[in-house]
Amino acid sequence: MAATRLFLRASPVKCSLTGLTGGVHSSLGLTLLKLSPACTAKPQAQRRHAAHFTYHPEPAPSQYGPTQKMNLFQSVTSALDNTLAGDPTAVIFGEDVAFGGVFRCTVGLRDKYGKDRVFNTPLCEQGIVGFGIGAAAAGATAIAEIQFADYIYPAFDQIVNEAAKYRYRSGNMFDCGKLTIRSPWGCVGHGSIYHSQCPEAFFTHCPGIKIVVPRGPVQAKGLLLSCIADQNPCIFFEPKILYRAAVEQVPTEAYQIPLSQAEVLQEGSDLTLVAWGTQVHVLKEVAAMAQEKLGVSCELIDLRTILPWDTETVCKSVVKTGRLLISHEAPVTGGFAAEISSTVQVRVRWEIKAFYFHRGWSTYGSL
Amino acid sequence: SVEEFLNGARVVVSARTYADFTPQATFDIKKCDLHKLEEGPPLQAVLTREEGLQYYRTMQTIRRMELKADQLYKQKIIRGFCHLYDGQEACAVGIETGINLSDHLITAYRAHGYTLTRGGTVREIMAELTGRRGGIAKGKGGSMHMYTKHFYGGNGIVGAQVPLGAGVALACKYLGNNEICVCLYGDGAANQGQIFETYNMASLWKLPCIFICENNKYGMGTSVERAAASTDYYKRGDFIPGLRLDGMDVLCVREATKFAAEHCRSGKGPILMELQTYRYHGHSMSDPGVSYRTREEIQEVRSKSDPISMLKDRMLSNNMASVEELKEIDVEVRKEIEDAAQFATTDPEPPLDDLCNHIFYNDPPMEVRGTNPWTKLKSVS
Repeated sequence: MAATRLFLRASPVKCSLTGLTGGVHSSLGLTLLKLSPACTAKPQAQRRHAAHFTYHPEPAPSQYGPTQKMNLFQSVTSALDNTLAGDPTAVIFGEDVAFGGVFRCTVGLRDKYGKDRVFNTPLCEQGIVGFGIGAAAAGATAIAEIQFADYIYPAFDQIVNEAAKYRYRSGNMFDCGKLTIRSPWGCVGHGSIYHSQCPEAFFTHCPGIKIVVPRGPVQAKGLLLSCIADQNPCIFFEPKILYRAAVEQVPTEAYQIPLSQAEVLQEGSDLTLVAWGTQVHVLKEVAAMAQEKLGVSCELIDLRTILPWDTETVCKSVVKTGRLLISHEAPVTGGFAAEISSTVQVRVRWEIKAFYFHRGWSTYGSL
Repeated sequence: SVEEFLNGARVVVSARTYADFTPQATFDIKKCDLHKLEEGPPLQAVLTREEGLQYYRTMQTIRRMELKADQLYKQKIIRGFCHLYDGQEACAVGIETGINLSDHLITAYRAHGYTLTRGGTVREIMAELTGRRGGIAKGKGGSMHMYTKHFYGGNGIVGAQVPLGAGVALACKYLGNNEICVCLYGDGAANQGQIFETYNMASLWKLPCIFICENNKYGMGTSVERAAASTDYYKRGDFIPGLRLDGMDVLCVREATKFAAEHCRSGKGPILMELQTYRYHGHSMSDPGVSYRTREEIQEVRSKSDPISMLKDRMLSNNMASVEELKEIDVEVRKEIEDAAQFATTDPEPPLDDLCNHIFYNDPPMEVRGTNPWTKLKSVS
């Protein structure tokens, strides 16, 4: 009840749910089925929500040295600062990055490291990524910014046809592994169709690139530094709604969080919840509500790296609980949840206790 | 009765009759810079009184509408993105007077002015800004997505509308209807790759397309010198002939547009115009507009080159209108905007049933999944 109602009533953010249990023998399933008629009631005249979840900062990590209070965009700046300091070949470029960026992710870097290392590009996404691929192939650690993930499509050809396949088609003679593309991503409440998109699913269809989405400042810095260090072209999507909302104690020194490793945030026995980025926080609240109101114990997993994703952790969890629910902001058809569900279905089919339901909004995620 | 007496008195008191005014006058306009053209638009423009009053009214309507949108945005009645057009009114009005309503036009996101000149009403535009069902796109488009007949928007992605405009021009040529397409973009978009692809196609196939670059000197916060290797945007079409003109002078814009339209209609192929203009507001409502330019600069443009003041001065100094008459127009415009704002604030929002409509075109209604298997939404088109 709580889960489905949350997604109906809340906020501008709509998400797709896949694989919710419809199992007959569990009380959980019956409860959900019974309460569904309440969910068909039309929500009252639209209320506005500033954010549909509360961000709970995680405890400061102790193993990476001294920490400082930072929000998400500051943690990104810190990661970029560490990179420019430690790697003389590192350059940052994109639209409006010189003055600090439209989300303030690059504030102060140009003054500190010079205008030949932090510079603006004209308004040309295809050019930005193409240029980044070339710079990376020639040996520079190229960090390109695409101002909004919604604008990444002119660069789609460069990413999929050039960046992803460079190493393969040259027989490992050339590669653009030193390229990292960063982009603000996801619903923010007022973004509408062109400032809210989550295009990760389009790119997951392409071997050769890595896609990473952090859930908070500590994660963002560690994962971004891993992407930059990784010898493959990486796309790093930063949930823009968390830029200011997410504040944590973040280590000031450089540290890395391994890629392709999902993190189990909360252990449980009845249901596995999988999400990435903003939805992790939504599902944290869902898990709490489910425990309180239904007595359901949820295991919450943050996928972190979308491509290549950590199949082991997710499958191991589903073997334990028998049920899987995935939540993401992108449209449901062809969304990454479909890929996760189908892989899990194949690998752990005998352990699943529920029928496979696949539903969500098939309209624009930002409406 | 007293009322009748007063009404009669009011009529008698009206100061001057229309016979006192100059019916038309000829004005010198600035010479255009030319690229690959032997001759350019005329150096003089004839303005009749009616035309002058009409241009004044339209520009003033755009100006007041944009300022009202600013106000409503600050009151959080308009939300999302809002890119205002005040300062650039002469471009929209001048272009419209140089083409016919049956011609086609496409522009980027700073589209409120064009929506009006292309046949939209202030009520529909404001209701669209507030996202209500009376809006010109039924409340689903918002500031950047407004459309009317032969006006293809209103486009959010920078530069993406230019190849579309060439396509519309191709349709005009194919259908042989003597219509043209005016395809607008800004100084920031002028650096997008697809613009150059479009120049090539339009020129190769001699499409009746007028490319217009509205150069307001700043692409969001980046000045043209810092973004473009060549700021001669009218020359960027290379093999396409180009003109550069003063976009703050409505007569200049009109004459150049007429010249360009004639060029296209005579089958000579595309032509490029660069309008040098200025926006008073920042890029959008989230941009104060003063971190990359000085307030003095904005003030200077306002006092020396404001398009509405320029027209007003011309008309007054040539005795084509009276101060009272123009003031009356101002009052009427203000009232129209107030009514529209009232409508836009009180009109209900689109119904929830509308959420999934118009995704596809489908004859029978289509079902769209809701957030749980027991709610299905209908998509009708």
